[in-house]
Amino acid sequence: MSSTRRWQHWLLSDSPASPFQAAAGRTYLGLAEFLKNRLAVFGLLIIAALILIAFFAPYIAPCDPLVTNLVNRLQPLSAAHYFGTDEVGRDIFSRIVWGSRLTLYVIGLVAIIAAPVGIIIGTVSGYFGGLIDTILMRITDIFLAFPKLILALAFVAALGPGIENAVIAIAITSWPPYARIARGETITIRNGDFIKAIRLQGAGPIRIITGHIMPLCISSLIVRITLDMAGIILTAAGLGFLGLGAQPPSPEWGAMTSTGRAYIIDHWWLITMPGTAIFVVSLAFNLLGDGLREVLDPKSDN
Amino acid sequence: MLQVDNLHVIFGHGLDLNHAVKNVSFTVGQGESFGLVGESGSGKSTVLNCIAGLINTWQGEIEIDGERLSHRRPKSFYRKVQMVFQDPYGSLHPRHTVDRTLKESVNIHHLGDANLRVVKVLGEVGLGPQFRFRYPHQLSGGQRQRVAIARALILEPEILLLDEPTSALDVSIQAEILNLLQDISKKRNLTSILVSHDLAVVSHMCDNILVMSQGATVEALSCDQLRSGDIKQRYTRQLLVASKGYDRAAIDQFQDY
Amino acid sequence: MNDSGHLLDVKDLTVSFPSPRGEVCAVKNVSFSLGHEKIGIVGESGSGKSVTGRAILRLLPPYAHIHATAITFQEKDLLSFSEQEMRRIRGRQISMVMQDPKYSLNPVRTVGEQIREAYTIHRKVPRRQARQQTLEMLTAVRIRNPEQVYRLYPHEVSGGMGQRIMIAMMLIPEPSLLIADEPTSALDVTVQLQVLAILDDLVTQRGMGLIFISHDLELVASFCDRIIIMYGGRIMEVVDAANLHQSTHPYTRGLLNCLPRIDGDKGKLSTLQRDASWLDADFSATAGGK
Repeated sequence: MSSTRRWQHWLLSDSPASPFQAAAGRTYLGLAEFLKNRLAVFGLLIIAALILIAFFAPYIAPCDPLVTNLVNRLQPLSAAHYFGTDEVGRDIFSRIVWGSRLTLYVIGLVAIIAAPVGIIIGTVSGYFGGLIDTILMRITDIFLAFPKLILALAFVAALGPGIENAVIAIAITSWPPYARIARGETITIRNGDFIKAIRLQGAGPIRIITGHIMPLCISSLIVRITLDMAGIILTAAGLGFLGLGAQPPSPEWGAMTSTGRAYIIDHWWLITMPGTAIFVVSLAFNLLGDGLREVLDPKSDN
Repeated sequence: MLQVDNLHVIFGHGLDLNHAVKNVSFTVGQGESFGLVGESGSGKSTVLNCIAGLINTWQGEIEIDGERLSHRRPKSFYRKVQMVFQDPYGSLHPRHTVDRTLKESVNIHHLGDANLRVVKVLGEVGLGPQFRFRYPHQLSGGQRQRVAIARALILEPEILLLDEPTSALDVSIQAEILNLLQDISKKRNLTSILVSHDLAVVSHMCDNILVMSQGATVEALSCDQLRSGDIKQRYTRQLLVASKGYDRAAIDQFQDY
Repeated sequence: MNDSGHLLDVKDLTVSFPSPRGEVCAVKNVSFSLGHEKIGIVGESGSGKSVTGRAILRLLPPYAHIHATAITFQEKDLLSFSEQEMRRIRGRQISMVMQDPKYSLNPVRTVGEQIREAYTIHRKVPRRQARQQTLEMLTAVRIRNPEQVYRLYPHEVSGGMGQRIMIAMMLIPEPSLLIADEPTSALDVTVQLQVLAILDDLVTQRGMGLIFISHDLELVASFCDRIIIMYGGRIMEVVDAANLHQSTHPYTRGLLNCLPRIDGDKGKLSTLQRDASWLDADFSATAGGK
């Protein structure tokens, strides 16, 4: 108990002795704030579970997700097949477990591609303004002018179906809102006294954008991306459903619902199980995003 | 040391044209403390921003040590001229510790010995080492303003521009900051320009004063003239009366300028 | 003081806010009473002066804990009032003017409409008459061209004008008490004094009570009848404005001495030495009457 106290005291110290202690204290307060939001913690737990399941998929899944067994096709839920089997006798539970890897792969890659593109375009555009802003924002507008799924469809059609191309297509269609957010934040930050102050220290635009503006944009972007994760999962699932994402026989949740559609009346579990997985994970990201917003969003910061 | 000649600043164009500063000239000698006084919209802060290089739409001449300044400033300029802003809550990066804020300047100019310089300058503005790794939200307004002053001093400038450095602070903190600024100016033989709406602060801090109204110069006064009431313009006199507190009878005599 | 007795009586007002490190007490055991006069509450930031003003009108966020032995307004016990009853008090009988008028006005409606609405919420009168009242009120706060200002939107008016409009809006229901929280701090000195003059005249003419919350001790001393000086959520002392400069309380003296003066020498300003014992002294007993 007393050692916990001591840690807490160290973290909440008003006069940190090192940059590390200062950062740790800050993180601790944010974490404490986040943990107060039960729903967000619930969301985080689901996502943590998703990551663990993906990581340990070979140990969790009882069957090979790709091996067909036509004798066992369309089996209902049972102890041998928790979620039943599909039209070619594959174990749906195993497929969902392995599918979590694909889901994580998609959202991870999309975030890694779209977020940096969005934040760089947004902050550069917002900081410099003028002609640079006009050009970059018109490009952004062009991307925003198409419905996301349709544009992704067009890209996938051009690039050819497949999960990598689906990721690229989704990333290409997801960055414009991030650029918008980053630009909006940058414009309010840009006129702040602390930016004038750093300019008066002789700092150049690269230092100002990367060291002073980006860190302040990142929190609202993280919130937005987390909230978007649900949409990305749905878009990926939608592409899979339309046969343009992951190709059979890979266990992608969207593709699974697509094939399950044909059996929806008599064999409901084919579509319900992957559908539920998509729903639960999307919901978890939304809950997490809402929780993060309360902790990170500067506008709700007191 | 510093000379401003026929300074004009025009913002916008067409219908939105705003002639913010009209033909302002003054000279500040080495080691002198110069005051710019006026109400809001008088253009006093705009003049300061022009000198600092934060505004590029000015015409006229600004000279430092006989050298004419252009709109773009070289990096070496910032080692000579530094500024302290009005709002201590807005002038420090909210996610940077005091240490990082101060070190950044040292790193930009590759001065070396960053740790040593930070500790030294913090001591100079009266902040102990326990403040070094705090975030701005862990500091009071007065302490933040001290950090802002430290940031201005760490580059060892010759000219300090002060934009209402105490107007956001409580009076007791204002006294501490004004004392600190006086001490530092004396010790470092700084030339300073103080912008303020508060006649008392300016007369306490400055040797010479320029009164401004709506972008134009009203009159130039020495501090002694202000104290002895040797004032020529009605506007300045009204400002002086107003700064002495509420007087129902005097207010009816006020004119709009 | 006016013989019609006390307008407002506050006894042992304590306000606290929850924080990660435990309950923070913003106001502690504050008691005072107010007649038909101008009373100033002066203090530095964090002294609890604004919280005191808001607590009277219950305008604090819901997580604030407000305790008091009594808050009596015109013999009515405000503590026992429901939120709905408080709403009838606010604006109609006690009004509040805040520091920045631009945030208090609805940006998409003309100032005239907003003042008129403030009038008709509490009174059922024909539109034409309400409009007439509004124009008269605008004239009373010395707006020279009320017909024109009536049609302006909040962003089209200057700071000084905005604060006059705010005051007009707060005064049109003819409240018996006005709480003004730093109403002029954002204004230029001359405009500030002109706005104060309007408040002053209205208090004198209508017999209104005024609580003037400010950080500017000298200004309050020249404007108000009595001054409550607060520090750290406690009342340090209550003095008659005329006797302020004879005050012996170390905090009051400290505040007065640290001001730079136009005719002062340029020597060091004396700084305020804070004393923890100020927070222990129980002043509430003597703060009430005089």
